Amino acid sequence: MNWAGLYTVLSGVNRHSTAIGRIWLSVIFIFRIMVLVVAAESVWGDEKSAFTCNTQQPGCNSVCYDHFFPISHIRLWALQLILVTTPALLVAMHVAYQQHQEKKLLVLTGHGDPKHMEEVKKHKMRISGSLWWTYVCSVVFRLLFEAVFMYIFYMLYPGYQMVRLVKCEAYPCPNIVDCFISRPTEKTIFTVFMLVTSSICIVLNMAELVYLVVRACARRGQHNSNPPSGKGSFYGHKLSSEYKQNEINQLLTEQDGSLKDMLRRNPGLQEKGDRCSAC
Amino acid sequence: MDWGALQTILGGVNKHSTSIGKIWLTVLFIFRIMILVVAAERVWGDEQDDFICNTLQPGCKNVCYDHFFPISHIRLWALQLIFVSTPALLVAMHVAYRRHEKKRQFRKGDQKCEYKDIEEIRKQRFHIEGSLWWTYTSSIFFRLVFEAVFMYAFYFMYDGFRMPRLMKCNAWPCPNTVDCFVSRPTEKTVFTIFMIAVSSICILLNVAELCYLVTKFFLRRSKKAGNPKHHPNHENKEETKQNEMNELISDSCQNTVIGFSS
Repeated sequence: MNWAGLYTVLSGVNRHSTAIGRIWLSVIFIFRIMVLVVAAESVWGDEKSAFTCNTQQPGCNSVCYDHFFPISHIRLWALQLILVTTPALLVAMHVAYQQHQEKKLLVLTGHGDPKHMEEVKKHKMRISGSLWWTYVCSVVFRLLFEAVFMYIFYMLYPGYQMVRLVKCEAYPCPNIVDCFISRPTEKTIFTVFMLVTSSICIVLNMAELVYLVVRACARRGQHNSNPPSGKGSFYGHKLSSEYKQNEINQLLTEQDGSLKDMLRRNPGLQEKGDRCSAC
Repeated sequence: MDWGALQTILGGVNKHSTSIGKIWLTVLFIFRIMILVVAAERVWGDEQDDFICNTLQPGCKNVCYDHFFPISHIRLWALQLIFVSTPALLVAMHVAYRRHEKKRQFRKGDQKCEYKDIEEIRKQRFHIEGSLWWTYTSSIFFRLVFEAVFMYAFYFMYDGFRMPRLMKCNAWPCPNTVDCFVSRPTEKTVFTIFMIAVSSICILLNVAELCYLVTKFFLRRSKKAGNPKHHPNHENKEETKQNEMNELISDSCQNTVIGFSS
């Protein structure tokens, strides 16, 4: 499992994201993960071996390095990127669950042929109803993780700048010892670059949040003034309301025979209009 | 996520590029990214370890290295290649948006939609006209700007493109002036000049593509102004032939890029 594996997992989520979500994912993979892998890792590669202190006291080098770099930038960034990209998996799980429900319903209503099953797998889920809440939660978590990591970075490495010289007086160093950091300017450049891309990602997440909220309110306004006419995709449209979800849950927990009886008794069940509660 | 993944992402964009754009992409992947990965990275691999200063003063080597190499050539080239290849994603996003709109029209059962199958929409190659022309031209413009900016940054930081053998350093804590010796200076100069030359070729290709697009735009405009009534069947036949030719060209270009290993 490496960054390529993560890319494969998240590419699937991409299909059900908004346009801003896709841009965010591209920025993450190209300007953060790729830059981390092809450039930043080699800059920090020799951070400990080239960390030199002006002393011959054994152990002083290690102690001073540990004192000034409790956790390396590279590892912090790797953790940040993993935590920031994983809330998207909540959406993936929810989509998989909804697709599973749709497939079950298709089988029960006699549309269980492979062609329909493939159609369920391929069609893009509308971000409405409970999926909207899951999506919004994932965006909020992303924002939270980004902010927390930027704060941790600021606390550990104040000013985001890497200095050339640090003065160390931890035991066993005698008195105060000058220690020199390797490639401080290059490290500062990359730190600033990663900070800027992190801020861009925060802005994109906030824009996506605002877009989702505005779209939800606009849809709600439309529903209040225009009762739904039952158009739209057969599957996504029918399943987007909680009322429909309750009916489906009831259908799915009963036996096959009684299910078919219920369908026979209520022929209009498939034709009822949509009543959206959270879209 | 590495250069191979970038190649996969940009390979998709290749289908909608002009012929010059396809040549540019091939030059980028073979003469720049591949050279960077298989050769240049090894040359610069020991740049700090083998940077030797004529002093025993601890810290002097670190400070002098940092003073003369604020950012390594390799990292600058990596950033340059990433920035130069990403404007093509604007085109990919625009094409994806158009496809999405056509699929929506198809699903609604719009009679104006001429596709028989949703697979046809997925495979179709869009002509570079209308708003796509503007997106494509902007992407070329951004590519040019990024190339120029990075070449300037290179020249500014390293005072020309030559790597000297000896550098004289007097930054603290070095005592007085200290001689520092760079590892493999001639090899580094050779690769620097090579990368600059290929970068210039890419700039020329981008300029040529820009001129080609602008010329095509004006020709099309003058044709439309001169011939307001056109025969749709005849135009469709010409466009079908062009599509076929472009498919053939793109297939042959794909074959030259396939086999590139990351």
